[in-house]
Amino acid sequence: MITIENIHKSFQGKSILNGISGVFEQGKPNLIIGASGTGKSVLLKCIVGLIPPDEGHIYYDDKEFTNASRDLKTEIRREIGMLFQGGALFDSKTVEQNVMFPLDVLTKMPAGEKIDRVNFCLERVGLKGQNNKMPSEISGGMQKRVGIARAIVNSSRFLFCDEPNSGLDPQTSILIDDLILEITEEYNITTLVVTHDMNSVLGIGSRIMFLYKGVKCWEGTKDEITDSGVKEFDDFVFANKVMQRLR
Amino acid sequence: MEALGKYFIFLGKLLVNRESFGTYVKLVIDECMAIGINSIFLVSLVSFFMGAVTTIQTAYNLISPLIPDYVISLVVRDMTILELAPTIIGVIYAGKVGSSMASGLGTMRISEQIDALEVMGINSTSYLVLPKVIGSVLMYPLLVILAGLLSMIGGYLAGHLTGVITPTEYIYGIRFEFNPYMVTFAMIKSLAFAFLVATISSFKGYYTTGGAVEVGKASTSAVTQSVIAILTADYLLAQLLLK
Repeated sequence: MITIENIHKSFQGKSILNGISGVFEQGKPNLIIGASGTGKSVLLKCIVGLIPPDEGHIYYDDKEFTNASRDLKTEIRREIGMLFQGGALFDSKTVEQNVMFPLDVLTKMPAGEKIDRVNFCLERVGLKGQNNKMPSEISGGMQKRVGIARAIVNSSRFLFCDEPNSGLDPQTSILIDDLILEITEEYNITTLVVTHDMNSVLGIGSRIMFLYKGVKCWEGTKDEITDSGVKEFDDFVFANKVMQRLR
Repeated sequence: MEALGKYFIFLGKLLVNRESFGTYVKLVIDECMAIGINSIFLVSLVSFFMGAVTTIQTAYNLISPLIPDYVISLVVRDMTILELAPTIIGVIYAGKVGSSMASGLGTMRISEQIDALEVMGINSTSYLVLPKVIGSVLMYPLLVILAGLLSMIGGYLAGHLTGVITPTEYIYGIRFEFNPYMVTFAMIKSLAFAFLVATISSFKGYYTTGGAVEVGKASTSAVTQSVIAILTADYLLAQLLLK
């Protein structure tokens, strides 16, 4: 479980996040949604420690992360897996080397076990036999799946996904969403997904936090999105023609 | 001043929260290959012609019956060891290796690969930059030794083929009143230049923000600032060590 309390962040005097609090539960995908420029990715980067918040606290289970010592931060981070918007695969390494990377650097696992673990993870994301391909030789959807395999290879307890469906076709997006849902439930991890894709919201939105201009505007589940009673949220949800028809 | 402070903090980060020793061994070997082996051709070519041209130009300027011919090779030797091999090759090294380091790290930064390392709990500065610095400090002095040798061979061949100096006189001049401290001085300079090029270029690349255009700008800036640092260090070291 991840808890955030009163997170504030400004860049050059401009407030991006304004007092955001919330709880992200274990074993189900937690979605942070909102229009472009509302601070979703900044919030995610604050939570994983890539950007220090100006104010507020972040807790991984009961461990305070924001003001933690370097060693404790490293310890927590080694339980984190993250899927980046562009995949962030190491382009000079093969698919296998990318997935094996956290094991190579962070563990003392024997080589045979590492290969078995990598093959297991690649099979789990539907990329069996793609070990020797370079990231440039595979599609965007496959790169995202390699990113997921790399995120889970070290038995991470926390999974973060930044716009996992950006640049993907609807069918591949559904595959990625399903994969995130399955992995979250199967390994009982705390998953946090930043997205503005309504298909994802409807598909895997067990817990949804809606941000509007840096403020948490609404929180609920995918079953509650049609009667939120919040104008900004309705405007966001029903901006899509398909959603308008459904309404 | 802010950038200078940030640079020193960056240097400090190289040494803290490192991964295991074994992790760095392969990385350093890879960097040595990328930095050293891949630079041999360019360094050899430049050094050879540098020696050849220095010989011919020195001969052209020293036409006097009062000056013995072996002075030509003596000048070539001293210029090569004291200045041409460490400094001119340093400028070329900044252009080739420094720009490559800056653009590589810049691309990793804008494609979030550095963020990926940080999220995994890996000190990206130490993991990515320390092997480059070690590789540079190990390989550049060797490149300078090669450059010095090839420069003198280039001078020998040019002198012999053009007839400005006989091989015997050339070798006599090369050996005449040789002061081994010159080599020590060249090695100290090469270590300093290798460190400066690797750290400045990595610093510029590591803190790249934006997109492809900014990666290009970071690469250009890395070369410019490395060259300025080399020339400044060259002057300071000459003042300090040649008294």
